[in-house]
Amino acid sequence: MSGPKLDELANRCGEWLRGQGPQSEIVISSRIRLARNLSSFPFIRRCSETDRVAVERTFREAIASVPQWKGLIYVNVASELSPIDRQFLVERQLISRELSEASGARSVFIDSAEIFSLMINEEDHLRMQVMHSGLDLDAAWEQINQMDDWLDQRVGYAFHPRLGYLTACPTNVGTGMRVSVMLHLPALVITQQIEKVFRSLPKMGLAVRGLYGEGSQAMGDFYQISNQVTLGRSEVELVKQVAEVIPVIIDYEQQSRAFLVKESRKDLHDRVSRAYGILCTAQTISSEETLHLLSSVRMGIYLGLIKDLEIPTINKLFIHTQPAHLQKLRGMNLDTAERNVERAHYLQDHLRRRGNGDVGQN
Amino acid sequence: MKCQQCEKPATFHITELTGPQPQELHLCEVCAKTYLLQNDGGPAAVAPTLANVLAKQLKLGQAAEELAKLDQRSCPKCGITFYEFRNQGRLGCPHDYEYFERELTPLIMNIHGEGKHTGKRPKREAATGGGAELIRLRRAMDEAIKKEDYELASKLRDQIRGLEQ
Repeated sequence: MSGPKLDELANRCGEWLRGQGPQSEIVISSRIRLARNLSSFPFIRRCSETDRVAVERTFREAIASVPQWKGLIYVNVASELSPIDRQFLVERQLISRELSEASGARSVFIDSAEIFSLMINEEDHLRMQVMHSGLDLDAAWEQINQMDDWLDQRVGYAFHPRLGYLTACPTNVGTGMRVSVMLHLPALVITQQIEKVFRSLPKMGLAVRGLYGEGSQAMGDFYQISNQVTLGRSEVELVKQVAEVIPVIIDYEQQSRAFLVKESRKDLHDRVSRAYGILCTAQTISSEETLHLLSSVRMGIYLGLIKDLEIPTINKLFIHTQPAHLQKLRGMNLDTAERNVERAHYLQDHLRRRGNGDVGQN
Repeated sequence: MKCQQCEKPATFHITELTGPQPQELHLCEVCAKTYLLQNDGGPAAVAPTLANVLAKQLKLGQAAEELAKLDQRSCPKCGITFYEFRNQGRLGCPHDYEYFERELTPLIMNIHGEGKHTGKRPKREAATGGGAELIRLRRAMDEAIKKEDYELASKLRDQIRGLEQ
């Protein structure tokens, strides 16, 4: 059942790169995830395959019985998915690398708008996440809280009166909640102010990660900021803790952009136009270079240095030029060299068409 | 006592927790500095990892002998040993939070700075009672099947079914 439905997703952009919502020039997405475990099974690493199958079935049946979740896409990650499809879901942030790479019974439910997903047998029995475009944490919390309530009525969660929701790793115990906001901060990177921001965040109990979560590199000037602790504060307090610092960082980024425009407009315009030029004319290009150049172009659009493109177009290119997306859109497996050529063609097609061939003119 | 790497008197006594067995090292100040810098993980380790926090905490509190004993303790429900936990950083079952409470409490305080949950609570809290016993029974049944003791396995299965209802 996964094939055609996933192919349908491939042509779209997904919620997190929709490029709308509050502060969406700088805030890509707001995401909240909750970790939950069943009280009557061992945590995942101690589960036998029989246990994993039983946990998977318990959650699958519970989720299927929620009337509001009738239209969810169910994907059996263990048996139905090719490596490309798994990578595709990781690129769309609908499943984690951990779920993609694990072995044994595991699955995911995805809503067709791609706003939420429920991963079964990840590091914890259940990891649910809600993702909204732009800065929209309160609404994301309201939604995931409701989802959690629906499942709470149907399964027995592992819960301790003093420690809260029990998780496989003690770093998640308590609320089991991670609130994260993805930001696009190119000007802070160019002006080398980013280090300063990052040094101050841990003191406020916040962590910084790259585009694809824990341990990943900061690609294309994208950064995720999230809460460090999960115990001792309520969910609403944790949301507030993250929400409070985001406007400050947005302000820094905007100041840095204004500074660049004022102090080195020519250099900045040159950098942005060159990036646009390469994207329109390259014959072979890696996904890393693409991300890097798209990042410059995205900032150029925001600053009015590029007038014939819109941010949602760039967001779409960000996701569609990722390795698995490219292969799905092309409908065949491609090795790295072939992908680099295909990526260049894809970019040319989509950017030239938009800009009527007037590369970098504005 | 002499330094294990040179002839100077050993003033640093380090308990290394990264191997399968806790290992004691006796070093002079110079050798200890070199040793500790090598094992520091370098500038890449920005946030303290769980293993680091745990190792630091255990180093402060216990002698190697006590540690070896602690490492062998295993949860009566899921069977995970303390060594497996501190090696992998993942617990085996919800009951571990009680069984290893003495070791986990300072760790949790270290990570979160707080020890008490103040957030949301499940509405079905009462239903979570028999969970740990089910974990133990399922493991026992698994073992019985492996040993081909099907009589015991079927007895355990009935017990599990009884508890599940």
